[in-house]
Amino acid sequence: MSQMPQQAALSKCPSCEEPLEAGDRFCGACGYDLSAVPARPQDQPTIAMNGSVPQPSPPEGGFPPPPPAPPAAPSWPAAPGSPGTPASSETHRPDAAGHGATEGSAAPFPAAGQQGAAPAGTGSPAVPPAQAAPAARPSGVRLDRRAQQAAPTAPPPPPTAPPAAPPAAPPAAPQTAAAQPAARSTSRTAGHPAPQTAPAAGRQGAQPSPASPAADASRPQQAPGGGVYRPAQPEDYPLQAPDPRVAAAEPVRAAPRPDPAPSTAAAETAEAESGTVCVACRAGRVDDDGYCENCGHAQPRERDHMEQECGPVAAVSDRGLRHHRNEDAFAIGTTTLPDGSPASVAIVCDGVSSATRPDEASLAAGRAASESLLAALPRGTHPQQAMHDAILAASDAVNALAGEPATAREHAPHQNAPACTIVGTVVTDALLIVGWVGDSRAYWVPVDRSAPPARLTEDDSWAAQMVAAGLMGEAEAYADQRAHAITGWLGADAYELEPHTASFKPDRPGLVVVCTDGLWNYAESAEEMAEVVPADAHLRPLHSARVLVGHALDGGGHDNVTVAVVPFPAAATGAGSA
Amino acid sequence: MANLSKSNVPRFSVDVYQNEYLPEGAGQVDAVVTVTATGGGTIGNAVTAPHLYSPGEGPSAAVVLMVDCSGSMDYPPTKMRNARDATAAAIDALRDGVHFAVVGGTHVAKEVYPGGGRLAVAGAATRDQAKQALRRLSAGGGTAIGTWLRLADTLLASADVAIRHGILLTDGRNEHESPEDLRAALDACAGRFTCDARGVGTDWEVKEVTGIASALLGTADIVADPAGLAADFTQMMEAAMGKEVADVSLRLWTPVGTTVRFVKQVAPTVEELTDRRTEAGPRAGDYPLGSWGDESRDYHICVEVPPAGLGQEMLAARVSLVIPRPDGTVENLGAQGLVRAVWTDDVAASTAINPQVAHYTGQAELAQVIQQGLDLRKAGDFDGATAKLGRAVQLASASGNADTAKLLAKVVDVVDAATGTVRLKAKVEEADEMTLETRSTKTVRVKK
Repeated sequence: MSQMPQQAALSKCPSCEEPLEAGDRFCGACGYDLSAVPARPQDQPTIAMNGSVPQPSPPEGGFPPPPPAPPAAPSWPAAPGSPGTPASSETHRPDAAGHGATEGSAAPFPAAGQQGAAPAGTGSPAVPPAQAAPAARPSGVRLDRRAQQAAPTAPPPPPTAPPAAPPAAPPAAPQTAAAQPAARSTSRTAGHPAPQTAPAAGRQGAQPSPASPAADASRPQQAPGGGVYRPAQPEDYPLQAPDPRVAAAEPVRAAPRPDPAPSTAAAETAEAESGTVCVACRAGRVDDDGYCENCGHAQPRERDHMEQECGPVAAVSDRGLRHHRNEDAFAIGTTTLPDGSPASVAIVCDGVSSATRPDEASLAAGRAASESLLAALPRGTHPQQAMHDAILAASDAVNALAGEPATAREHAPHQNAPACTIVGTVVTDALLIVGWVGDSRAYWVPVDRSAPPARLTEDDSWAAQMVAAGLMGEAEAYADQRAHAITGWLGADAYELEPHTASFKPDRPGLVVVCTDGLWNYAESAEEMAEVVPADAHLRPLHSARVLVGHALDGGGHDNVTVAVVPFPAAATGAGSA
Repeated sequence: MANLSKSNVPRFSVDVYQNEYLPEGAGQVDAVVTVTATGGGTIGNAVTAPHLYSPGEGPSAAVVLMVDCSGSMDYPPTKMRNARDATAAAIDALRDGVHFAVVGGTHVAKEVYPGGGRLAVAGAATRDQAKQALRRLSAGGGTAIGTWLRLADTLLASADVAIRHGILLTDGRNEHESPEDLRAALDACAGRFTCDARGVGTDWEVKEVTGIASALLGTADIVADPAGLAADFTQMMEAAMGKEVADVSLRLWTPVGTTVRFVKQVAPTVEELTDRRTEAGPRAGDYPLGSWGDESRDYHICVEVPPAGLGQEMLAARVSLVIPRPDGTVENLGAQGLVRAVWTDDVAASTAINPQVAHYTGQAELAQVIQQGLDLRKAGDFDGATAKLGRAVQLASASGNADTAKLLAKVVDVVDAATGTVRLKAKVEEADEMTLETRSTKTVRVKK
């Protein structure tokens, strides 16, 4: 592997020979710093983790180790057709990341996908009549009444969605790369592509007969409504041969690795290349402890600013302007349901500052939740149940931290167990699931802005409880000092874990904005949030996530800011480039 | 085969106690640094550890005993006799193989044993000879401590040893040389050997004795009753024999634009080190800590850093321990501590005072108000003295410094310790006042 001299424009990564595109600052595969100019912007110590390293390992394979450059290339098992497309090295394009693989094997996809999906329409004839969206709940999932109340104001539930929805385009939309842009433009103009017909909605809630999945696979497409492309989701999916696409779909996770020191492979490479000059004074060398030898300033840490794009999903996290470290964490990913339809996953966690090691808590929670989801969804677990389980898994992960020997010194004996909030969303091609504990939120912002946006979560906070109990008006409650005290969190000292989940069936394309209070403090209502979200957010999720973080920073950045942007419906492949 | 390349020094550790959180615009960073030395190395095992050297062995060392032989030592005559006995006891406490000498001090210094500008090597024979020589000690003459120290320095320099230590006993004021002469002698000796100083009786000047001990990084104390000398000398010598490494320095690195407000030892005694800095490379300076055995000392470091924005974090100081070598190189003892500054708008975080810092701030103030109170009392300002000593009583009580509280109670009548309400005693034993003054810098550690 020849080392190429560093220059502005490289056609291949000097480290792993991955093809690059102009403007890339880091190799998409191995994270190699491509910048010929060593100085990094002082205020944007971004380590672009685009997460597009192909991970042949299944979700339970743990977090990607610092990308070992050379082995990356040969270990691409699932992307037979992809080498020609440098999608994986793209950092800021929506079609980057794990979808390179899917794209590569796209040819057989539409057929298989539709085949598997379409029969769903007929596969469960005994479905009950249509119900409102939240009705679709597997047993064991706790219903959140308030969320249900919120739902009707949201666009999702129309039980009888326009049957006139373009019948042919949507089914194909999320499943073929080629169709995607067209479908999107269609949706924008038509305004209601996700055709949740009444039977379809009903089917979601149905407990399908065990026979149906098996039948699904063999039956040809005959969805009557044309818009029905989502199979019923039995809770106990009959065992079937693993879908090769599940492995190919590369669930990519965004959560940074816990230990900042050894993990920042990209950053370390970058620093080594640039002589490890302090970003604050630009004069001193950075010592082993991460401080400048000249001015003493701490160097930006990996978690100070994180960005990731994974297929159609993007997330950005920033330390903000007032806090000394980023205690938020996120994890995003995409996967494929057993029927071949895509699903996007985003988890956002906010460490509780008054607790010990909140940064570790949020990281562990985000990681555990996304791992749980990305493992459960391809197995056919109902997304809402999967979300419920994911929150429990996250809780376990945070609780486990409490038992670990504290690294803190003995002179700080008064410490709370590590704790954090969590909010997550699973977006499939028909369903929108949110789950949360604490005061991190999810918002629905339809692509067609004439439709009303909505908040999908109900805070576990003092103010929200006061309002819900009718003891105070909203204005009064939120003006109180205690307003933002949270009443629910993940952590060993939580009173009682109540994972809230809610399921929605939006009748039109839109966007789920999953964020911490560092953002929503600056755009509290759904309308305010919708105003901040760029109009093309569903096309440029990473850009819009940056815009949202920027909004919070412009407002003062008083807290860590983390936002994930998830377009609905989930798209299997990235939109066509350009 | 013994590993000869391994350094024969105890293991040092550095712990930093601080509240690193600062409010916006603030720049003062306080930290208490605990330096602990524990034995280790190649000799001994886990059972006999933590001593680096097995019993009876130790690093090469040289000790010079300086005994006041001025005329006042004969009043009462027991003083001279006790001083002789105490010196003999100290000689008995010498480890075999340690180089030693006895100097008799008057307005000039003269070698009592072994003489000839040499040091004797401790052994049964030399101990006997030394004790015989002590019989010849007689009182007569003046007091010029600077000359004693210079002779001790010459003698100590004649041996190639690791630890150089002096023990000085005086009973009177340094009347036969100018304070400048003493100052010059101290400056000449500082860093060349360490020295414990003792005042016997009540006719000596507290500030002279404490000044000597302070400059030469030793201890100072009063032995009001000459009968207590022997025990005190034995204890002093044992402490000296316990030293395993000499000339340790605290190296303080601070970033650009930072001012070191002060560096002081705060336990076991308050000792100002700020002015003893020697520059050691860019943005770093060394503060001498003297010789170390198995012990732990606390240092209060205060630096002023340029305020940075909220959310910023910087390293305000890096504390490490080094042994400067004559050839200009340094041996780094490995341990280091980081003093950080983090700016936050969390008022609860930024207004909290670290308990260690608060405690030692109080202990330093305690030493200061005792000194001020006694000075005011001598100057006849009884109101001022009452206020200062009242504050001292309050601080000693609050911090659990029982020894100092007891000493204070001999100088003032304590009405209410919690509020610091006291009355000056009409009659105070001179010895009590001097004891309080000499021991005012003794501190206690934070109650665990």
